[in-house]
Amino acid sequence: MSQYLINIIFVGASFALYFGIAIWARAGSTSEFYVAGGGVHPVVNGMATAADWMSAASFISMAGLIAAGGYGASTYLMGWTGGYVLLAMLLAPYLRKFGKFTVPDFIADRFYSKTAAMIAVVCLIVASTTYVIGQMTGAGVAFSRFLEVENDTGLIIAAVVVFFYAVLGGMKGITYTQVAQYVVLMIAYTIPAVFISLELTGNPIPGLGLFSNHVESGIPILTKLDQVVTDLGFTAYTADVPNKLNMVLFTLSLMIGTAGLPHVIIRFFTVPKVADARWTAGWTLVFISLLYFTAPAVGAMARLNLIDTVYPQGVAEAPLEYDQRPDWMRTWEDTGLIKYNDLNNDGRIQMYNDSGLGAAELALTNAETEGGDVGAATTAVEEARVANDTALDGRFADAGWAGNELDVNNDILVLANPEIAQLPPWVIGLIAAGGLAAALSTAAGLLLAISSAISHDLIKRNLNPNITDKGELQVARISMAVAIVVATWLGLNPPGFAAQVVALAFGIAGASLFPALMMGIFSKRINNLGAICGMLTGLLTTLVYIFVFKGWFFISGTANFPDTAEYWLFGISPLSFGAIGAVLNFAVAFAVSYATKAPPLHIQELVESVRSPRGAGGAIDH
Amino acid sequence: MENHNDPSGYWRANVRLILGSLVIWALCSYGFAILLRPLLAGIRIGGTDLGFWFAQQGSIAVFIILIFFYAWRMNKLDKQYGVDEE
Repeated sequence: MSQYLINIIFVGASFALYFGIAIWARAGSTSEFYVAGGGVHPVVNGMATAADWMSAASFISMAGLIAAGGYGASTYLMGWTGGYVLLAMLLAPYLRKFGKFTVPDFIADRFYSKTAAMIAVVCLIVASTTYVIGQMTGAGVAFSRFLEVENDTGLIIAAVVVFFYAVLGGMKGITYTQVAQYVVLMIAYTIPAVFISLELTGNPIPGLGLFSNHVESGIPILTKLDQVVTDLGFTAYTADVPNKLNMVLFTLSLMIGTAGLPHVIIRFFTVPKVADARWTAGWTLVFISLLYFTAPAVGAMARLNLIDTVYPQGVAEAPLEYDQRPDWMRTWEDTGLIKYNDLNNDGRIQMYNDSGLGAAELALTNAETEGGDVGAATTAVEEARVANDTALDGRFADAGWAGNELDVNNDILVLANPEIAQLPPWVIGLIAAGGLAAALSTAAGLLLAISSAISHDLIKRNLNPNITDKGELQVARISMAVAIVVATWLGLNPPGFAAQVVALAFGIAGASLFPALMMGIFSKRINNLGAICGMLTGLLTTLVYIFVFKGWFFISGTANFPDTAEYWLFGISPLSFGAIGAVLNFAVAFAVSYATKAPPLHIQELVESVRSPRGAGGAIDH
Repeated sequence: MENHNDPSGYWRANVRLILGSLVIWALCSYGFAILLRPLLAGIRIGGTDLGFWFAQQGSIAVFIILIFFYAWRMNKLDKQYGVDEE
């Protein structure tokens, strides 16, 4: 059986399962559509929330980021899990007690202000839409590689699939589909990792294998990895990072962003009781951690396997001949995600840290052919060449290495992992189904958050308060369809790189929504004006700081400063600024609130009632 | 039970519990895994140091324990103060 056929079978079977569940769990009322009727058990809901949360970024990109960044990339592991502690203690139980459908619902009532709710709706739509784009492109990559179609075709297939089960099923359908997707993506992630861990360390549990001995050399696998990467001129894998402030702020931004992302928060509206909201957060993190304990092992082991593939006789000997390269390298070269450029014309693959020489030479070629500052590019090449030739006592110069010749995109690491480790074809089919499950489950959750913001918060609260339950459901489905079309279009014409887009989503959620929700619960003194000024401050400072370095609205060439550490304020990267934006939000909200009138009595009573679990009942309509 | 009808007592107990939990939360992630990592460099574990383990696995394990501990304590507090759901 061909690999193509196996992929089709795995992907087709998993999709048939999702559709079956969507039809079985069709939503009939707005309550079922938005919050699954408020009757989902914490363990089931935890599993669904885990699938909702673990996106293409967690499944496809994270292990690649860890492989490339080593210790420094731990930020993603801590940041994308630590937020659940904040959710469980600071937001989820109280918002569940509040008992309405959406995040802007709470902002509207607590801050007795349609303006505040509108700001929340805008933040929600921008954060969620940017996030959907990432899922769509992730699904597009997986489809195009495994079903051997064009990237654009893959994206459109992904859009059609999401459309059917999200629009039909609403939250009820999505919750049960996501349980199935969690199982598929976990199996797909774990099985190759177990094989690879057994092969390298003899330990069948990848998370433990990471701290075990390397079978071949008899020393701990992390020590081995540190040795080979430093021999190739890279920073040691476990090396400490110099800029601790930035690492702390980046981690904090990811944590509060996680806690503030509306598609995660609304999951907690689907549980029957306040106590269940707390348990759900715990179970969600348990299910997420099954993947997150494995991911650092996948990253480290994939990096070692890749180096072993390129240097079959060890890093001190001559690397692989290009003509002898394995099949997976050939197939991924077709997608453009692996690039080879024989700089020294020796027919072999040199993969090492060339101090930026390869990149500088490419920039020079571009400057010469397409017009550009050739003088500056030439200087950059000369500087990089000196750095390359003097690195490690001139080892690379003596061997005649003229720059790094193999570019491997981080995003392919997990998808290509089974091929790199030469696992059987069915494992590759499984990975295809798993990657798609991760991307599609998150996309569906995000689309639900967007559609409820439009139909419930925008139309029902502002434009047409008398809309019937049935009419609202129809608007919700239509707005979901529109959101899918917009996200697909943006996925076909991406406005920026995925990482920039993710920074935007977390920055907005962390700097605007999270502080507003938390203050709404923990302070009775914050009033409408304070919340509005706070949210706007957090939102605008974060957006400006990102745009100044990444380009205004991500349009290339409009950045005011180069996006490098020496230009950052106190060495804080734009990705880490969400935490600062949140601090400013808190400060401004308190200052303005205490300078103006206290909220009316019934609002203070609302805060009291939100704090006490008794009498929660089901999620109710207005 | 003895503490019925004391909403502010319930809330103070909740906030105390949250503060305590968040101190541990911050200590394990921002502390052991990042800022205090050099201090823990002497404690070796599987070819690297304790700080690296906290950054890649330990902190997540602590997060899980914290949430379940909080949920368990809060359920008891809910009952003690008579604000639990039937």
